[in-house]
Amino acid sequence: MAAPLTLLLIVAVTIRAVLFRSSLAELISERVEVVSPLNAWKRVVEGLALLDLGVSPYSGDVFHETPLMIYLFHFTVDYAEIVFMVSPYFVDCLSCLLASLDRAKIFRKQKYALESDRYPADCLELLRSPKEMFYIPLKVAMFYLLNPFTILSCVAKSTCGLNNAIIALFIFCTLKGSALLSGILLALATYQSIYPLTLFAPALLFFLQRLYIPVNLRRSSFWCFTLQYAFIYVGSLVVITGLSFFLLGSWDFIPSVYGFIFSVPDLTPNIGLFWYFFAEMFEHFRLFFICVFQINVFFYTIPLSIKLKEHPVFLIFMQIAIISIFKSYPTVGDVALYMAFLPAWSHLYRFLRNIFLVSCVLLACSALFPVLWHLWIYAGSANSNFYYAITLLFNFGQILLVSDYFYAYLRREHHLTHGLYLKKKDGTEATLVLK
Amino acid sequence: SRGAEGAAAPPVFTWLSDGTKDSESFTAAARDQFQEELVIRPLHSGDIYASFQFRTLWDTDFLQERQKVSHYRLFPKSLGQVLSKFSVRELHISFTQGFWRTMQWGQPFIPSPPGAELWVWFHDTVSDVDGNWKELTNVLSGIFCASLNFIDLTNTVQPSASFKPLGLGNATDHRFLRYATLPREIVCTENLTPWKKLLPCGSKAGLSVLLKSEKLFHSSFHSQAVHIRPVCQDEQCTSKAWELRQTLNVVFDLYTSGQGKKEWSLFKMFSRTLTEACPLATSSKVYVDITDNPEVKLKQQTVVLGDRRTYSVFDLTRAEMFGQLRSLNLLLRDMLRPLLHAERYVAGFGLQTGEIHTVIYNNHPYRAFPVLLMDSVPWYLQLYIHTLTVTSKSRDNKPSYIHYQPAKDRHRPHLLEMLIQLPPHSMTEVTVQFERALLKWTEYTPDPNHGFYVGSSVVSALVPSMVAMNTNFTQDQPLFSSFVPVKEESSYFVRVYTEPLLVNLPTPDFSMPYNVICLTCTVVAVGYGSFYNLLTRTFQVDEPSLPLAKRLANLIRRIRGVPLLA
Repeated sequence: MAAPLTLLLIVAVTIRAVLFRSSLAELISERVEVVSPLNAWKRVVEGLALLDLGVSPYSGDVFHETPLMIYLFHFTVDYAEIVFMVSPYFVDCLSCLLASLDRAKIFRKQKYALESDRYPADCLELLRSPKEMFYIPLKVAMFYLLNPFTILSCVAKSTCGLNNAIIALFIFCTLKGSALLSGILLALATYQSIYPLTLFAPALLFFLQRLYIPVNLRRSSFWCFTLQYAFIYVGSLVVITGLSFFLLGSWDFIPSVYGFIFSVPDLTPNIGLFWYFFAEMFEHFRLFFICVFQINVFFYTIPLSIKLKEHPVFLIFMQIAIISIFKSYPTVGDVALYMAFLPAWSHLYRFLRNIFLVSCVLLACSALFPVLWHLWIYAGSANSNFYYAITLLFNFGQILLVSDYFYAYLRREHHLTHGLYLKKKDGTEATLVLK
Repeated sequence: SRGAEGAAAPPVFTWLSDGTKDSESFTAAARDQFQEELVIRPLHSGDIYASFQFRTLWDTDFLQERQKVSHYRLFPKSLGQVLSKFSVRELHISFTQGFWRTMQWGQPFIPSPPGAELWVWFHDTVSDVDGNWKELTNVLSGIFCASLNFIDLTNTVQPSASFKPLGLGNATDHRFLRYATLPREIVCTENLTPWKKLLPCGSKAGLSVLLKSEKLFHSSFHSQAVHIRPVCQDEQCTSKAWELRQTLNVVFDLYTSGQGKKEWSLFKMFSRTLTEACPLATSSKVYVDITDNPEVKLKQQTVVLGDRRTYSVFDLTRAEMFGQLRSLNLLLRDMLRPLLHAERYVAGFGLQTGEIHTVIYNNHPYRAFPVLLMDSVPWYLQLYIHTLTVTSKSRDNKPSYIHYQPAKDRHRPHLLEMLIQLPPHSMTEVTVQFERALLKWTEYTPDPNHGFYVGSSVVSALVPSMVAMNTNFTQDQPLFSSFVPVKEESSYFVRVYTEPLLVNLPTPDFSMPYNVICLTCTVVAVGYGSFYNLLTRTFQVDEPSLPLAKRLANLIRRIRGVPLLA
């Protein structure tokens, strides 16, 4: 395992180093699919230049990074390439470790269930064997490091890579079982972009499961732990926000960062659904639809947590996917993060219904994005509708992918409890439907 | 009192009661004076530059609280009321059609940028400058029949160094200064008529008889302006007076309008002749630049040494001037190259990014001098100040003072002011990159593919002069002599405006708001629907349902209490 992983790391470093030094780096860092007003490197440099000129970076509307980013890059702006090279490795090593931790947990669970005869006899083929699961960490690492989306995001020096690193570190600490670190890192991830707030529920469910506390609202033990974890989380958030205040001595960063994320004033095209919708919105309804779209991101947390309370790891994956699709300024770096976890569920392949369609759609859209952008902005022979259509299709493909995996997961769980080959009342082969 | 309200006067003027005339106001009538002059100068490129100036000096104080000014004689009442209501210390407004070609025509007497420009210094006592500014622009919009109401906070800036007061007063706090331009503003007869109405003689006598719009707007360049400022009455500055200058600069292209012959007359240019001087004017003169035509013998000549040119003076208050028709031939010679000249253009391709290049030329052979460059860029072109480069003679030239105020989306524009030292006989290039924003569909003008205008840059400098002039301060100096250099080896103030820029922004499809809302909501609903299904439904084995007949039979059987069918 160590040898293939090292080889993978070397290959990935080489690709990135080559691209950093070529003329493509400039081109990639301007692409709207890869950078957004929230995490573009050009804006970080601009913010630092404004700071040098004596003007607060938040006085204009060009810089939307948090003050801790200013702290970080003030000293490392010359070594930025190294920082951005290191962060995907960080993510990927963590994902590796995550996958192996998860694997160990799955084996334990399966062993207990087998020993207690909880599985029906005919679904033994659904169980995961160590042999097939041996290479999953490597596959996860490969999916992240060699994913073209990640490479583009890294070469563009988008701070999305750093955000992904923090989220990966948070998941790692959660799976490791350390509630304190997990709370602190979740606070950091929320501080960076507000959407990881929804990851509080899956992390909490994981800890409750790990500590064998039943999820029962009447039990005091549940509330005891929930309050402890919430206290760690909220406390760290307050501390980090306070530290940010002391950097520049003002609360300007709150409307500039969080107000910007929520009110979507900048309509620069990206791969998300927000920009064209709010470019064409009637002024009267703008506030209403902003609220609807933002609630849409947070809205699925409670129902998903209720449905998947026994499976917090999958819940984390679902939440990250929902955030990446429905957030206000998505980029391909966000998409790459949840795609990296797909090999962990490669055993669901037999239950996926639309995987061919979805992969074709995603591939075609990724290829068409730059083409239609060029036709609109440079050639002038297309208009914004072309790019918007591909945006719609890309998001539709992502939604289909996520719901397909959800369906497959639920179906496997159903088979694990009711048996794989189901029969109707008269003995013939049955089909399963959702009713 | 002589009012100047037109039919579109806003109701704000009704608060001022007229009628009460106390003894003070009768003596006030004697303390104002009016001078008018016209300078005609043939230009190097074959055009004729005609510059009208009408100046009213009035010894009064609008900003005094105790005594409201109510008796107006030569000073227009509408402007006087504006000054006192909004506590204005200085007001400069200009409407220009066309662009002044410095390299072909030399320096203008009073420079002005294309479109409308308004800058105002308010008095220190004003508490809400933005509110006053907004009301002032609306009132002036009514007075001049111009769409100055488009001036709002998104195109107003407060320059910190560029627009110091031209009149009296120590001004250090630029919070009381407001500057705005409307490069898109078109000037036409509708703007000329109320401007002419502000003159004491209207358009009935004196030089303003020549101001007929069918000829004035058939020109290469037309600029009319109003400048109001407080000045000193005399050299020791014992008392203050208000000076109102109305200037009109026009450049006629004689080749296209003169049937190819290089001769001109007042009738050819303005299709009118002068019949009498304005009876209210203390002096009314026409200056004709005959530097290039010394063989022309005219009645009275004077040499105004300020810009090394010889002028022939016609004093209209002397009756024997009239009744003479003259045609003068032009002779062209090399003109003195202007010392300071600036150009601006947009570089780059596509609708995503671009670069603004401002090029400033210093044509002085051996002297270097600093210039103050002021750029006001609208918020939808996001400037990146870390890409700012200033190069002179292919080397980096770091500005010694940079004041940059970044834009806030939909609230205020970018303001960039820099002090750059120009090396002698050189070209300095200032470049800055920008990104173009996509606006909401309601924020585009009705012709969005025309583009968006970026106002002219302003280059202000104290240019070292190379000419001599006597420095006696007398009232007999022609009005235009205050715009030319005063002393040998001293510096005089020059302001140069660059071209406005026209920048295209990416546009959404304006016919599609409903379609976009429906399609995007459909995609979100697909997500919602899939998740709803998976969350609320469970997997069940699909049992086929009984045909309708059997179901009805089962219903009847249930009522009868008999066992049901399979």
